[in-house]
Amino acid sequence: MTRALLIGLAVVTTAIFVVVPLVYIFVQALGAGWSAYAANIMHPLTLHAIWMTTLVAVIVVPVTVAFGIGAAWLLSKFQFRGRGLLITLIELPFSISPIIAGICYLLLYGRQGWLGGFLARHDLDVLFALPGIVMVTMFVTTPFVVREVLPLMQAQGSDQEQAAVTLGASGWQLFRRVTLPNIRWALLYGAVLATARAVGEYGGVAIVSGSIRGKTNTLPLHVELLFNDLNAAGAFAAATVLTMIALVVLVAKTVLEHRR
Amino acid sequence: MKLAAFKAAAVALVLAVSPASAQDRLLNVSYDVSRELFEKLNPVFAQAWKAQSGRDVTIEQSHAGSSKQARSILEGLPADVVTFNQETDVEMLAKGGMVAEDWRAAFPNNASPYYSMPAFLVREGNPKNINNWSDLARDDVQVVFPNPRTSGNGRYTYLAAYAFALRENGGDAEAAQAFVRKIMENVPVFDTGGRAATQTFVEREIGDVLVTFETETRQIAAQYADRGLVAVTPPVSLFSAFPVAVVTENTDRNGTTELATAYLNWLYSPEAQRILAENGNRVNDETVKAEFADKFPQVELLTVEDVFGGWDKIQSEHLAVGGILDKVFVNR
Repeated sequence: MTRALLIGLAVVTTAIFVVVPLVYIFVQALGAGWSAYAANIMHPLTLHAIWMTTLVAVIVVPVTVAFGIGAAWLLSKFQFRGRGLLITLIELPFSISPIIAGICYLLLYGRQGWLGGFLARHDLDVLFALPGIVMVTMFVTTPFVVREVLPLMQAQGSDQEQAAVTLGASGWQLFRRVTLPNIRWALLYGAVLATARAVGEYGGVAIVSGSIRGKTNTLPLHVELLFNDLNAAGAFAAATVLTMIALVVLVAKTVLEHRR
Repeated sequence: MKLAAFKAAAVALVLAVSPASAQDRLLNVSYDVSRELFEKLNPVFAQAWKAQSGRDVTIEQSHAGSSKQARSILEGLPADVVTFNQETDVEMLAKGGMVAEDWRAAFPNNASPYYSMPAFLVREGNPKNINNWSDLARDDVQVVFPNPRTSGNGRYTYLAAYAFALRENGGDAEAAQAFVRKIMENVPVFDTGGRAATQTFVEREIGDVLVTFETETRQIAAQYADRGLVAVTPPVSLFSAFPVAVVTENTDRNGTTELATAYLNWLYSPEAQRILAENGNRVNDETVKAEFADKFPQVELLTVEDVFGGWDKIQSEHLAVGGILDKVFVNR
């Protein structure tokens, strides 16, 4: 009885908070028909926003992965002073709102900021350009791969690696033949989570992007812009793209969870 | 192979939206709800510029709350021109050295090519018969407008109601405060911004009247035509400027001062004024005014300078902590 009640409660809650809004996005987006929907998606500025978001993810995720492997390796194989502090620092973005990161970057790299004068003298665009968006997104995604890989590396210990070294493996061989295969599912899982986070990032990017349409507007920013225009159909159409990316990520995540 | 095709498409896309550098380009940094307006204006200006100078021009747009935009420009957003809906935000740029101190004198009508005023949007058939500010203080009327602390739009509504009450009561500040407090008590929910308030009124169907700029009331009524909402302009309201300025600090460096000035001047031309009027904005061009005379009811406009003595005074007397807004904005 209690069990049925709890299941019912879970289903109803999920329906109210997740399923209904998701369905509503598609209903609204397709409300004016498929051709209107296609026209909304194919609008050059919407396409550009999709491209920006893709580009940011394509830059950010590999860096997050490389950083994640390196940091997890360092933290699991070596003991050193400040190790605990380093782990805390790496995980800090989980507990800091991205908007704080955005404001810090604004105050640091902005025209009136510490580094602003230097950047302006050398004609380097960081804020209100791709580098700023990438940096803020990176801030948000850094912990994802480390968090997934580190516990695994710690649990596995270094026995296999020691054996490989004894057998004469070089550093690269060791990494490619022993370490990587051991962590690959955790690594992919972390990368998938980082992708989802990078694609959906709004708060921090909203501060540093400058929202220049066709230039620095990412998909989440574009959705808000269209919404502000009372262009609900366009906003919902753009939102379906984000939703579909999220669904693909969800499926990838579920598959990976089984393989792990 | 698929990747290659995707790359090609992506490159084509970038090329398509970022034209060759031989063209003139201009970045117009604007407020949050002006996207469609400038989407209509910009191509027409591009034609005019081509005819005048023989050069192609691409105008890029950035939209967000205008205070945030001003802040971004101070931090390096490379705006050539600003088209804002709050004078205080241009003033902020002038104080930061981005815009000329005397920016108001650079273009006609205090550098405001169009203007508007707080007005009402009511339910189909205007069942509560809401026509003037005094109706907003009635016991049977629920009013929706955004929080005057967080929204420039809400601030204008607050100031317009206050200015109306001052006038009705022969300048009696106590009576004006009591009147505005009564309206505030009629607001069931204060949203943080204009769009959220629109959602509350239209989608959630809360309240009898939404107070926002006249241009907004018309756009919302058109957007939700099936709801039969009616835009009502009260007989008295507060002049709301939509100020523009050349961001000289940036245009001097970009070599775009001439283009930026031409762009803003063009907003005063009959063809631009017509587009502005079509989108529910009031304009000063006499010919266009005559053409749209039946679309815009007569309204007596009070000004911030006449009623309040300028924005600095509004800041110190009304908006500052412990000011008049705090007194009438109780229990919120």
